[in-house]
Amino acid sequence: MIVEFTLNDGPVTARVMSPGSALDVLRDELGILGPKSGCEQGECGSCSVLLDGAVVCSCLVMAGDLHGSVVVTVEGITGAPMHPVQTAMHEAGAVQCGFCTPGIVVAAVDLFERNPHPSDEEIKEALAGNICRCTGYGAIMRALEGLSAGIAS
Amino acid sequence: MTTRTHRRAILVAGTIGESPLRPDGIAKLKGQFAYAQDLEAEGMLWGATVRSPHASATIESINLAPALSIGGVHAVLTASDVPGRPWFGLEHPDQPVLAGDRVSFWGEPVAVVAAEDPDTARLAAAAVEVVYREQVPLTDPEEADLRDEVFRRMRIRRGDQEVSGPVVIEGFYEVGMQDQAPLGPEAGLAIPDGQGGVDLYATSQFVHVDHDQIVASLGLLPEAVRSHPTGIGGAFGAREDVNLHIHLCMLALHTGRPVKMVYRRSESFAGHVHRHPARMWYRHTADDEGHLLRVEARIVIDGGAYASTTSAVLANACYFAVGPYRCDSVSVDGAGTRTNNPPCGAMRGFGAVQVCFAYEAQMDRLAEALDLDPLELRRRNVLATGDEMPTTGQLITTPLPTAEVIETLRAMPLPDLDQSILPGGSGLTSEPQDVVRGVGYAIGIKNLGFSEGFDDFAQARVRLTSEGAIVETAAIEVGQGLVTVLAQLARAGLGVSKAEVRHVDTSKIDSAGSTSASRQTQISGGAALEASSRLRKRILEQHHGDDLNDDGVWRSGVLVVPMEELTRELWEETVTFRHPPTEGPDADGQGAVHADFAVAGHRAVVDVDPELGMIKVIRVDTAQDVGKALNPGSVRGQIEGGIMQGVGLAIMEELVLENGVVRNPNFTDYLLPTILDAPDVEAVLIEEDGSWGPFGAKGVGEPPTISSTAAVAAAIRLATGRQLNRVPIRPQDISLG
Repeated sequence: MIVEFTLNDGPVTARVMSPGSALDVLRDELGILGPKSGCEQGECGSCSVLLDGAVVCSCLVMAGDLHGSVVVTVEGITGAPMHPVQTAMHEAGAVQCGFCTPGIVVAAVDLFERNPHPSDEEIKEALAGNICRCTGYGAIMRALEGLSAGIAS
Repeated sequence: MTTRTHRRAILVAGTIGESPLRPDGIAKLKGQFAYAQDLEAEGMLWGATVRSPHASATIESINLAPALSIGGVHAVLTASDVPGRPWFGLEHPDQPVLAGDRVSFWGEPVAVVAAEDPDTARLAAAAVEVVYREQVPLTDPEEADLRDEVFRRMRIRRGDQEVSGPVVIEGFYEVGMQDQAPLGPEAGLAIPDGQGGVDLYATSQFVHVDHDQIVASLGLLPEAVRSHPTGIGGAFGAREDVNLHIHLCMLALHTGRPVKMVYRRSESFAGHVHRHPARMWYRHTADDEGHLLRVEARIVIDGGAYASTTSAVLANACYFAVGPYRCDSVSVDGAGTRTNNPPCGAMRGFGAVQVCFAYEAQMDRLAEALDLDPLELRRRNVLATGDEMPTTGQLITTPLPTAEVIETLRAMPLPDLDQSILPGGSGLTSEPQDVVRGVGYAIGIKNLGFSEGFDDFAQARVRLTSEGAIVETAAIEVGQGLVTVLAQLARAGLGVSKAEVRHVDTSKIDSAGSTSASRQTQISGGAALEASSRLRKRILEQHHGDDLNDDGVWRSGVLVVPMEELTRELWEETVTFRHPPTEGPDADGQGAVHADFAVAGHRAVVDVDPELGMIKVIRVDTAQDVGKALNPGSVRGQIEGGIMQGVGLAIMEELVLENGVVRNPNFTDYLLPTILDAPDVEAVLIEEDGSWGPFGAKGVGEPPTISSTAAVAAAIRLATGRQLNRVPIRPQDISLG
């Protein structure tokens, strides 16, 4: 089947050959490699994207459900030169191997766009679906706490 | 985070002791960094692997026809297609590239296929008809020990073996099988060069040792294969062993087309080694003041079906079986068993983690028996520079600030009883009045670098160009920040402000060794610093200068050779750095087997609901012996990440086996800590000059994992009064005993 949807502000068309996931369409059909495939079960959050404004694990979304939707991946997160969430994470040392990073950026940007001053608990709740195996989450928390408090780290 | 410094000031400003931003950080944050799973090549095929569903079986027949009849399938290869040596292995080549007449563990590769797209490849793999005759698998390590199915035995005897004393503590301890669970699954791309050779871009911690195994099994000359360092999503030991590497090269050479393979998570659990599960029997004998008189241990770690690094992990477990404590009478017997369980190998901490859980539980029980404060008991036995290792008798010549680790932990303030997050999370499972807090301590020790006489070296090349310094290396960046610290060292050595690290393949530089054993900052870092320092010296000598900076060569305050002019000439220095040599052990396990050591201690504050068995790790504070923190931000990243993995082993992470079959090869059932599980961490870095790493730096990657598990377990024991001699500690272990 053919799916047509909006991807990072532009219309796209993709052919869906098998009963795959939205992640398969993004990565294999459209060459959008920011979302990572880490578990294929919606546990690690590496493939997180915004689907019609909500954070989802794209590995759990059926490819066909992309039709008519609006999808934002990490590639669609913009700012000069980066979104404040990305800048805060960079400066706080919140990136190690970086495999979880695109998903965490998407989830954190979604949080901060809705709530510019989240509490620690709200930050943790927003990122509870994103596993990071390298950092132990400390630097990620410091980055986002600092951003919430308006502190340039 | 606070830092204590006891050493000289760094002479070169703006480099060492700072935490510059990661050079790959922006690409990673924007989703533009290329990991192995993101690679593509023109005309690329996709590979998939046929794996054994059994832990032990003979292969009666394999029928490839159904797979080959599927449109778009280009190759289906089995054991008979392996052109060269049919086995591979990190230390001993004992593992079949593809299983021939039998399979020895669940998930063992039997055949590989290449097809036009990933779905067709997987379909073809499923269509290969393998007829197995199942056998009863050997899965009990103690039975394997009795049958003498072992990869290695260790025997350590030091001092008078007839020592007795008034206080005797005996215990049995067990550690489950942990997985490294790097977030990026195994992936790679092999590209044939059209001349019978191949270029491989695959997940790895050690491209040169991959290369050696690949050319042996392909039956090719070394120069025909180039193994390229590639972007990877974490490692933690899981990428030291070959898995898809030889398969990809075989498929690429067979089809004449580039072939890509990406493991799914369930396949990743079958495709890499795990942390050895361990069973440990201990007897500590002490005097009435708590001084250790004798430590006896028997340690069985299960290596699973193939050797991997079991020999070295077992040795480490035995060498560190007493911990960072003085003791003059020691007996350790160890066995690394061969079973039909999944192969086990390297994981962060490498044998030192398992024994730390046991010896620290013993130390706590000894303290309790003597009515001593646990830290006071440890202080009375503290191992220091100038002492002999209790196991090997090796004289400790580098700084070993065990006493300072203990005193630092003792002095750190305890948190208030803030119960805003209760065990069980926000689901109102625990009531505040039911929650008990425990505070547990543990101290750990581990070697740095390779041991037992292994020729441990790393090569690095430093070039000065008009764009700054360039460091060439094959040392793998796994996420730890090697690309940052090598550039810092090049800046420090050369005196210029711009430096970048470029990874080059196995044909362009000699080995950097593995990104493991906490060794790259010391060894590849040592090579990068030495190369850049020599280069600076040579430039200054040739131009009779007295300073080199971004502007060029200076003499008596005058710029005599501008950088642009200087770099018209090729300035390059290649250095192979070796740590002080080590030796193999004698028949009693005695000898100077290690190059360096590091100690760290952890204090865990844990809230437990004993009735429900729910656990909330509130804080894990630490003091760590780092020599010199070259990049304190990266050190902190290693500490926090390592503690999280230690907490994971303490309370949730375990691969569950049933007759050798992994029952939970996925992230739904193999639980990993999330941000809600993350404790707050206060870290004190203890710096002391005297180690052989650059500027006295020690490796920092593994110490955070050694004693964090033991500290969490100690805290839960104190909160619950239960023995809890096994990790991970599950809710039923607490609530049902």
